[in-house]
Amino acid sequence: MEEFIYFFSFQDPNVLMVVTGIVLLSVSAAMVGTFTFLDKKALVGDAISHAVLPGVCLAFMLSGSKNPYWIVSGAFVTGALSTYTITWVSNATKLKEDTVIASVLSIFFGVGIVMMTQLQQSGNASLSGLDHFIFGNAISIVGQDLWVYGFLALAIIMVILFFYKEFQLMVFNRSFADSIGLPVKRLEFLFNSLMVMAVVTGIQAIGVVLMAALLITPAAAAKFWTNRLSLMLLIAVIFSVISGIVGAYISFVLPHMPTGPWVVMVLSLIAFLSFFFSTKKGILTKWIAKRNYQRKIHRDHILKALFAANEQGKDGLSCGEIYANFPGKSFRTQYAIKKLGNEGYLSDNQSNISLTEKGIKEAGRIVRLHRLWELYMTEYMNIAPDHVHDSAEKLEHIITPELERQLDKNLNYPQEDPHQSIIPRDKDQS
Amino acid sequence: MSFDPNAFLIILTGSMIAISCGVLGVFLMLRKMAMTGDAISHAVLPGIVIAFLVSGSRHGLTMVIGAGLVGIIATVFIEYLSNKVKLQSDASIGITFTSLFAIGIIMITFLANEIDLDQDCVLYGEIAYVPIDLWITGAGKIMGPRVTYLSLVNMALVIGFIALFFKELKISTFDKEFAATIGLSTVGVNYGLMGMVSYTTVSSFEAVGAILVVALMVVPPATAYLWTKNLYRLIQLTIIMGIVISFLGYYLAYFLNSSIAGAMATVAGFFFFTTVILKHKQLPGIRKKIETIGQKA
Repeated sequence: MEEFIYFFSFQDPNVLMVVTGIVLLSVSAAMVGTFTFLDKKALVGDAISHAVLPGVCLAFMLSGSKNPYWIVSGAFVTGALSTYTITWVSNATKLKEDTVIASVLSIFFGVGIVMMTQLQQSGNASLSGLDHFIFGNAISIVGQDLWVYGFLALAIIMVILFFYKEFQLMVFNRSFADSIGLPVKRLEFLFNSLMVMAVVTGIQAIGVVLMAALLITPAAAAKFWTNRLSLMLLIAVIFSVISGIVGAYISFVLPHMPTGPWVVMVLSLIAFLSFFFSTKKGILTKWIAKRNYQRKIHRDHILKALFAANEQGKDGLSCGEIYANFPGKSFRTQYAIKKLGNEGYLSDNQSNISLTEKGIKEAGRIVRLHRLWELYMTEYMNIAPDHVHDSAEKLEHIITPELERQLDKNLNYPQEDPHQSIIPRDKDQS
Repeated sequence: MSFDPNAFLIILTGSMIAISCGVLGVFLMLRKMAMTGDAISHAVLPGIVIAFLVSGSRHGLTMVIGAGLVGIIATVFIEYLSNKVKLQSDASIGITFTSLFAIGIIMITFLANEIDLDQDCVLYGEIAYVPIDLWITGAGKIMGPRVTYLSLVNMALVIGFIALFFKELKISTFDKEFAATIGLSTVGVNYGLMGMVSYTTVSSFEAVGAILVVALMVVPPATAYLWTKNLYRLIQLTIIMGIVISFLGYYLAYFLNSSIAGAMATVAGFFFFTTVILKHKQLPGIRKKIETIGQKA
């Protein structure tokens, strides 16, 4: 608890600096990532983050120190080279883009490892900590590094806000952007540079391998809450700020724990929660909606069965007869009968189940929709009467009152359906 | 240059790993699943750590089973995210492998004091240790380099798998709908392939590292694909390239005094880009010549 208060009161200027840095870089990565996600280029970020390694090593070789200016420049050069290479090879050959991405990624990384092992053998003591670039450790960022990375992150955020409209057009409607005279090629170049910069900014804190997550995951999670770009950006930023701070806190509390994996873990957790519980497209939401719909259909069918029994002059049906109508669904049928009883559609008299006044009206409505649709199909679509049942069986559950009135009017308020059954009507209606 | 038995062993082992990876990679590439191979090679990390924890050793069957299972879980997960959650496929791949990889690193860091497994060995691997890492039987008899045996078994299994299910793989790769109509289990073929990819990743990661497995899986098939469209020839060229990469990679690393696996990827990259440039510039004379060589190979 003491550690918690110590960390979150930010009394320690180092903690404050690290947290500021990681928040800035998370925000910039989330913003860039939202556009790359929508542009379906999520994995290019992964390629860039691997391709940064030879650049970092090159910077070490040339400068002989961990000077952040050199590292950023080196990383930027090879990162940008990799995006350029991916585009060029994809256009020049018949190879699919994912093959090209995987090839470029692993080749650049391989070259990086060759350089890195050479550096390690050179025995230069100032080079220790090179592996921070692979796994990332935000705590290792201090002083000068932070200013450089913080400034870069801030610059990325500003540029994106400034070109917000242009990027939006570029992602959503490239040909339109082209036709209104936007310099799409130059915008794309600018955007690719931002993407490389965002990766470069993050490598020391998050690490090469996991940097891709900071680009992809916030955007993917945000997509499940909204379809609006502005809102999506905001949500992605909030998600990544939360995980950035939590990740930094955990690596502060647990010694020797790299920051990157925890930031990614928190982000992934948020993403999975979004996938399941999002109110718009979440798995759970969809599942509930589907189950409710199936229940409604089942309920409608029970009402219809009882209505048919009424038409044949029976007073009702026994439980067994209803169950026999829906083989294999006895549990759900039981539940539906109980529910319908509670809602006042059925009365259960010593297991003779019959429709109440309200039930007759509701069942009549469903049967009416079924028969109206059958009639409409035969009259307007010239479909033989013996082929219309299946379609009506589906549509009876979803025809709205407005559509019903329209159907009734177009068919001139018919009395009988194609099978010469009477179309039931409420008394006050007819 | 005189015959150096250590160099020979390293090149032999490297070639066998490159062949296993490359042959599987041909099918990954044709199925547009190159990045799935990349994802699996990252995602097996937690499986490796758990298996290590269970068996307490870096080799053996537990490792293969653990990593193989996690590799297949990763594939299931990617398919689930893109089919059921309706997430676009590249994002499904990205999220799956980054989160599994993060779990793996966290586990390694937590267990750092208890197990002899560090982050570096997962990423780089060191094939240079092959000649000194010997397989010693219980009776104390030295049987020779352990990793060489491993990669031999791996290669035999991969080639056996491909040979046995060649027709199934071919049909389900090129015409999924047709495969489904004739009652072929495309799902089964898919998971069989992914299982082999996971197994190969684990069996090779000790020697060449997780990310360089991807280099050997994707780059030789991609390069070969630019020379030929015939599936048999594609596999042949991939195998030849695997051997050449391993040979040249060893000597490049020898002269640069660097990681052999990295050098193998570098050589593969050199072939890849040379091919792309040759194909792109459309140099008619050279192109024709090389194509005839490609036909003969």
